Amino acid sequence: MENLLWVIPTLPFLGALLLILLGGRLSRPLVSAIGVGSVGLSAVLTLLLGFQFLSDAPAGGVYRQEVWQWFNVAGFNPSIAFHLDALSLVFIFVITFVGFLIHLYSTAYMAGDEGFTRFFAYMNLFVGSMLVLVLADNLLLLYLGWEGVGLCSYLLIGFWYKEPQNGYAARKAFIITRVGDTAMAIGLFMLFRYFGTLHIQTISTEAAQAWSVGAQPAVIIAFLLLGGAVGKSGQLPLQTWLPDAMAGPTPVSALIHAATMVTAGVYLIARMHVLFELAPVAQFTVAVIGALTLLLAGFSALTQSDLKRVLAYSTISQIGYMFLALGVGAWSAGIFHFMIHAFFKALLFLAAGAIIISLHHEQNMFKMGGLKEKMPAVFWTFLIGAASLAALPLVTAGFYSKDQILWLALAGERGNIWLYVAGLTGAFITAIYTFRMVFITFFGEAKTHLEHPPGKLIILPLVVLAVLSTVAGFIELPHNFGHVVLFSSFLSPVLPNLVVNESMAPTEWMFQAIAAAFSLAGVFIAYLVYLRRPALHEAIRNSALAMALHRFWYAGWGFDRLYDKLFVQPFVYMATLNKNDFIESFYNLLVHIARILNRGLAHTQSGILRWYMMGVVVGALVIITISLLP
Amino acid sequence: MILAWLLVLLLVGGVLAWVSDRVHAQLPRWVALSVTMACLLITLFLWLETPAPVNSTDTWLLRYEVPWIPQWGVSFSLALDGLSLLMLALTFFIGLVSVLISWKEIKNRVGFFHFNILWVLAGITGVFLTMDLFLFYFFWEVMLIPMYFLIGIWGHENRTYAAYKFFIFTQASGLLMLLSILGLYFVHGAATGSYSFNYFDLLGTDFTPKTGKWLMAGFLAAFLVKLPVVPFHSWLPDAHSQAPTAGSVILAGLLLKTGAYGLLRFVIPLFPENAEIFAPWAMFLGVLGILYGAILAFAQTDLKRLIAYTSVSHMGFVVLGVFAFNQLAYQGVVMQMITHGISTGALFILAGFLYDRLHTRDIRRMGGFWAEIPKMGVMALVFVMASLGLPGLGNFIAEFLTLLGSWVANPLLTIFATVGLVAATVYSLRIMQKVFYGKRENTHSLPDLSLREYLIALPLVAAILWLGLYPQPVLNRAQASLEEQLQAYTSPLQKSSSSGQVSLKVLPPDSVLIPKPKGASHALK
Repeated sequence: MENLLWVIPTLPFLGALLLILLGGRLSRPLVSAIGVGSVGLSAVLTLLLGFQFLSDAPAGGVYRQEVWQWFNVAGFNPSIAFHLDALSLVFIFVITFVGFLIHLYSTAYMAGDEGFTRFFAYMNLFVGSMLVLVLADNLLLLYLGWEGVGLCSYLLIGFWYKEPQNGYAARKAFIITRVGDTAMAIGLFMLFRYFGTLHIQTISTEAAQAWSVGAQPAVIIAFLLLGGAVGKSGQLPLQTWLPDAMAGPTPVSALIHAATMVTAGVYLIARMHVLFELAPVAQFTVAVIGALTLLLAGFSALTQSDLKRVLAYSTISQIGYMFLALGVGAWSAGIFHFMIHAFFKALLFLAAGAIIISLHHEQNMFKMGGLKEKMPAVFWTFLIGAASLAALPLVTAGFYSKDQILWLALAGERGNIWLYVAGLTGAFITAIYTFRMVFITFFGEAKTHLEHPPGKLIILPLVVLAVLSTVAGFIELPHNFGHVVLFSSFLSPVLPNLVVNESMAPTEWMFQAIAAAFSLAGVFIAYLVYLRRPALHEAIRNSALAMALHRFWYAGWGFDRLYDKLFVQPFVYMATLNKNDFIESFYNLLVHIARILNRGLAHTQSGILRWYMMGVVVGALVIITISLLP
Repeated sequence: MILAWLLVLLLVGGVLAWVSDRVHAQLPRWVALSVTMACLLITLFLWLETPAPVNSTDTWLLRYEVPWIPQWGVSFSLALDGLSLLMLALTFFIGLVSVLISWKEIKNRVGFFHFNILWVLAGITGVFLTMDLFLFYFFWEVMLIPMYFLIGIWGHENRTYAAYKFFIFTQASGLLMLLSILGLYFVHGAATGSYSFNYFDLLGTDFTPKTGKWLMAGFLAAFLVKLPVVPFHSWLPDAHSQAPTAGSVILAGLLLKTGAYGLLRFVIPLFPENAEIFAPWAMFLGVLGILYGAILAFAQTDLKRLIAYTSVSHMGFVVLGVFAFNQLAYQGVVMQMITHGISTGALFILAGFLYDRLHTRDIRRMGGFWAEIPKMGVMALVFVMASLGLPGLGNFIAEFLTLLGSWVANPLLTIFATVGLVAATVYSLRIMQKVFYGKRENTHSLPDLSLREYLIALPLVAAILWLGLYPQPVLNRAQASLEEQLQAYTSPLQKSSSSGQVSLKVLPPDSVLIPKPKGASHALK
């Protein structure tokens, strides 16, 4: 069974290849069959392999398979080799399974689109690259997957290429993530310099022996890898591309910009956790970046009017939680939140897509409203997803995953009160913006005519994801409440467990109650402002301070303007100014001088005999004078 | 002997193509096609027949030498090693493609056109093969003159200016190299008593650092202008954008590579001390080229000019790598020569396809073409991604190895060079956006790739993918020759090892650390 590991990423690649080569000649059902089937088969294989992994754990907790050696130069010999351990199993499960549901959904969502084949080719290519990213056994192969998903993200954001702003959003995403990737590449150069290999397990083993905690190279490398992670995962200060990435079709937002690709940074940090533990400064920075990002993005989400942009900011914010968890060393909590988030955020995006397509591609929430009765299935599934995002206590998976992070941010050995407060505030804001979204979209009066209700292929993935968004939480329960540790003990061979500050342990229930209270309070406030007392909403709208803040947050805290002024405009200005290359003028000057000399000398050839005679005499005089000089 | 036959085939084939014009207008095309095809097959045959030397002291696969002007010590000396074999394969591959893309594009003076193509190829082949500096200079000039005609006769609107500029830049720098060749000849002759232009005799010539500096400067002048390195790049955008498609492809794909080859083959082994002193400056110029070329590329509106400036940027990696003096960087440089030849050649071909249909190179008048010409779009996408260094395509291996190697030599400059990858993203994506994305402005009818065009595009795509996913055959071929060029250097990578392999800290192969499940690693073998 484990011999089939290589098939899992290969199938989607094969699907993409078929669709690209034969694209135009295939009928739509056949395209769907290839596109969905390849990912579906991968998902089945993953499940089978997962069962085997669970029932009969391999020696060392790892399946490794080398497909071929990529190249070998002077001892640098990365392989195309796959490494399946508990961590990558969680990721490939989410990628193939959620990916399959999203592909299935897309057959209905994209049914009328002229780029149907192209869409599935890109999506398959994406799934393949993402699988390579998480299965890679060396950092160079990981980098291949890393850039591959970046390419697919670019292609899919710009999928509707006829709109120039979509192309702009696509390029922005690619370029900004590439900035982070460049830092990461430098990190790889350094790692190679120290270890002579990019093999992840070797580096992890060797680094722990070679460096003491806080060793300078470890810190620098950890920071460089962090650069790659923040770019891909849309964290401060490289978060600006993600809201614009919503220009792509909604299934793309669900798969790439919510469930999988944007969490690649989380994966990278978790995968290289040994390095980050050797670099406490870098690890603390991860936590701080997470805390700041979750707040910033949360406030921005509060002010958006585009349904998908709310979800985009929410994604940035939720990944902030994962970073926070990684930063305080709560590795498995971060990964747990990744998985739960993939379920409920994919659900929310897909449900949003169902609404958007039923309303003629209307994305403005304020033009929706009253959809509760018209699309009950979408409403209920969206509500379940929203509840999970807002972490409503006890019944939602989001509660268990987020609560764990909050608790460990406070009580973990690397936690502190400020990180906890940031997380708690974020949870409060999350509840507000989530239910603001629910109330505006589904309640009140209908503002846009409903074209046609979504079909079965759209509803089915929503239901499956809604179930997962609820029950998946029960595999990891706090120890004072059920004490189920299936998930963290599954991950424990790969990711170390966190030591909890013993003196705080008895008070855990109190902080759980606080977290629950904050999220309920958030829902209540949203209810008050957007449903119960519209006057309150008006009052806020009329306050100058609130409006100024609103504008500021709406524009994502002005980062776009700042970067535009700081980097984009100077670069474009400089490039345009120098379009004709100022070095050219130096050579033109040479030509010019040659021409002047030519003209000057040409004048002497006048045909007047006395000038020639004069020349001969003067020349002779000069020669005689020189020869007579001592 | 087979090496001489390659040259004879090209030179005679060229004359034949010219003459055959009188018999039938299409005949020169077939002559040129069969000659380049034959050369490619011979090269592939050589590749298959000669095993890559592993750890052997003699890196030369074939040698051929007859005296030419014995009293001056000039001989007709050809030799083939792994590096030149790779370069030959590239030359004939690109040559074949150039003949094919001119099939419909060139309509007047077909015979003379193909004569020029074959003679340029002959010059390039000679440069890659000859081991006599006198002969080297001869071939260096042979590739110049037919190229001058190619640009000047079949070029675009500003062709005369571009042709002169190209000629003057390369000719002037070539003359400086001739001075250095003569200088080297006399210095060596005076020291040893035997006057010879032979490369093998001249290797290891001793001179004072000052003499060495000036002699090296002459060689550098020729190679750095040809490569080109900023600030000597100014001939390139004009020549590339004005040349006919085949001309641009040969210029970018092959002519620039002769500069890189010259650095590796002559400058590095002949002047080890001086090269090491010059290295930081050379690397700086490389980085300058990477960034400056990228900024210029971004601003262009002429598609061919844009692609031309990307060459300036990419060739910066070559200089960076050559002066890093280690195996990793050198393998990167060789990969860069090959992959850049293919990827930039392909982009010029694409520009040619578009020019055929639109009669413009102005990207402001393009846009939204994807819907009509998706096949061309896929081809463009592949090579745009190659140009920005996407892993999985050959250029990534080249750039990554170069940077990995140069990091060892100079981390600071490597950081700036790595920033060049972001710049490459910026200008590369601009091509996609301006040509294939956006609104459809132009109303020309746009047929997608014809069968002939498809047959040109497909091998290029296949080659770049192969080089990205399994470059080992190429790396193996180059390894022995590169070690030979590196002999005189004790780079940090090699200090602690005896075999010239990387040995910062030799770790056991990665499989040792992980218990392999039974049979797992053999699943695909």
